[in-house]
Amino acid sequence: MSENNIICHDNLVYDKTRVMTDKVLHYCPGCGHGTAHRILAEAIDELGIQGETIGVAPVGCSVLAYYYFDVDMQEAAHGRAPAVATGIRRVMPEKYVFTYQGDGDLAAIGTAETIHACNRGENILIVFINNGIYGMTGGQMAPTTLPGMKSSTSPRGRDTSTMGNPLKMTELVAQLPGTYFVTRQAVHAPANVRKAKRAIKKALDYQKLNKGTCFVEIVSNCPSGWKMTPTQSNKWMEENMFPFYPLGDIKVPEK
Amino acid sequence: MKELRLMKGNEALAEAAIRAGADAYFGYPITPQSEVIEYLMREDPARRTGMQVLQAESEIAAINMVYGAAACGKKAITSSSSPGISLKMEGISYIAGAELPCVVVNVVRGGPGLGTIQPSQSDYFQAVKGGGHGDYKLIVLAPATVQESVDFVKLAFELAFKYRNPVMILSDGIIGQMMEKVELFEQQPRSTHEYEWATVGKKEGRDSVIVTSLQLQSEEQEKVNLRLQAKYREVEKNEVRFETYECEDAEYLFAAFGSCARITRKAMEMARARGIRVGLIRPQTLYPFPYDDIRRLSEKVKGILTVEMNAGQMIEDVRLAVCGETPVEHFGRFGGMIPSPDEILEALEQKIIGG
Repeated sequence: MSENNIICHDNLVYDKTRVMTDKVLHYCPGCGHGTAHRILAEAIDELGIQGETIGVAPVGCSVLAYYYFDVDMQEAAHGRAPAVATGIRRVMPEKYVFTYQGDGDLAAIGTAETIHACNRGENILIVFINNGIYGMTGGQMAPTTLPGMKSSTSPRGRDTSTMGNPLKMTELVAQLPGTYFVTRQAVHAPANVRKAKRAIKKALDYQKLNKGTCFVEIVSNCPSGWKMTPTQSNKWMEENMFPFYPLGDIKVPEK
Repeated sequence: MKELRLMKGNEALAEAAIRAGADAYFGYPITPQSEVIEYLMREDPARRTGMQVLQAESEIAAINMVYGAAACGKKAITSSSSPGISLKMEGISYIAGAELPCVVVNVVRGGPGLGTIQPSQSDYFQAVKGGGHGDYKLIVLAPATVQESVDFVKLAFELAFKYRNPVMILSDGIIGQMMEKVELFEQQPRSTHEYEWATVGKKEGRDSVIVTSLQLQSEEQEKVNLRLQAKYREVEKNEVRFETYECEDAEYLFAAFGSCARITRKAMEMARARGIRVGLIRPQTLYPFPYDDIRRLSEKVKGILTVEMNAGQMIEDVRLAVCGETPVEHFGRFGGMIPSPDEILEALEQKIIGG
């Protein structure tokens, strides 16, 4: 059997979706962003909506997300992505609009924009990557940093008596009548990747119903910020992040 | 069809936005400009043209909604008053950096801080010298009448799309709140044009469109800045607008903009009745500023008095224009106070004629 017989479509087990560009990702080794990008891109590809999708990138580690998604994209100011997405969806109501935001962007500086976009029930998808730390600026405390967790601005661990408590934005927005589908997922293991992708696909698909905001949190790791190996960071995430941020659907559409 | 109406400045401006074919208005209430969004909500332009109107949760959210809509190539407008405009400055800098067209209306009130709800011109520097971070310019139009509030909305959208740059209409509490006769221009159709720079969904055979103001490589960011500067030179060459009154035989010159120019015009008439030959230049564009025209006028006069409802802001540009060749003084009331023609005439006599 020659090489050409082996390299054929029938034998293909994995292919990069065309909705991701060929640009090399700048993310640190072991970071969840790459997988989160891929499943969002695959969902867009599989739904056949590449030409109908407009994305909004945040400020944070994924600030350059527009280099990796092969869809029309806008770069928002820090925290303002849900407002930018609102502006887009209001003038382009037939398009699929998503934001991709980290915890600092969505749950600290952009809290008002997040809550009000969800409360108005903007027909957008918000993908929220929660790794409990500011990655891009070098590992500072995030609104979602766990109690006692060390960061460069909580070097002795987050003291909730002076630094406040981690904010569960996903549970919070699930309370709002404007949200339609709210779920918390992870991408550290194959089964979770598949589940998270199904959630994103469903959330994008719901957008054409105009029933409200879909909100998908992905609890993720930050090996560099957490000062761990990728493997250690995934284990630490399972043992510490998941008990505080339990995975699963929080609000599902009524049947 | 053109239409004659008696209208309040803010409401006329809102009507002009609908008639200019705007696709969306995003705003947040603040005195003295809340009538803009109130009029739009009452008028329900979605019914007339399909124009979207949304009351945002903050001025910050509103300007970012404008960013999102503008990046789709749509005509987006927002309005506010001074403290709200300060909040919008972050977004305005991003819009300028990403080279998006939009219209921002500032119905100026007195400051600093929460200040007062009365009219002022104390946001001149913020409007013409930047306001937000980075080297950028807004095209700034200063209406002096309700009629200009209407006409400048149409002009602002034209300039915004011509240069892909945010345009500010620098109005004030007088123009916003007063009622005047106004001729409304005909309804313009909303555009269906898809711009090549706009995010409208990736088409087969073209790269995806990215709207951003970020360039991590400084060489690239310098190129962006050079392109912006080249654009501003074009704006300066093509878009200077102003009016002059009684300048032909003038020995002295007033310089004033917006509502203050109307009061100053009255002072000019009173001065002329007393035999003082004084003229008036009223810049309609504050950026680009009529430097050359003021310089030319200054060569024939003994002195210039700028009259502003601030502590002396436009005077700096007038002084730049005359390069120290002609004495330039300032008279102003501020914090929401409006100068009277008598005060202005007195200032002319004391600071310029007697000075």
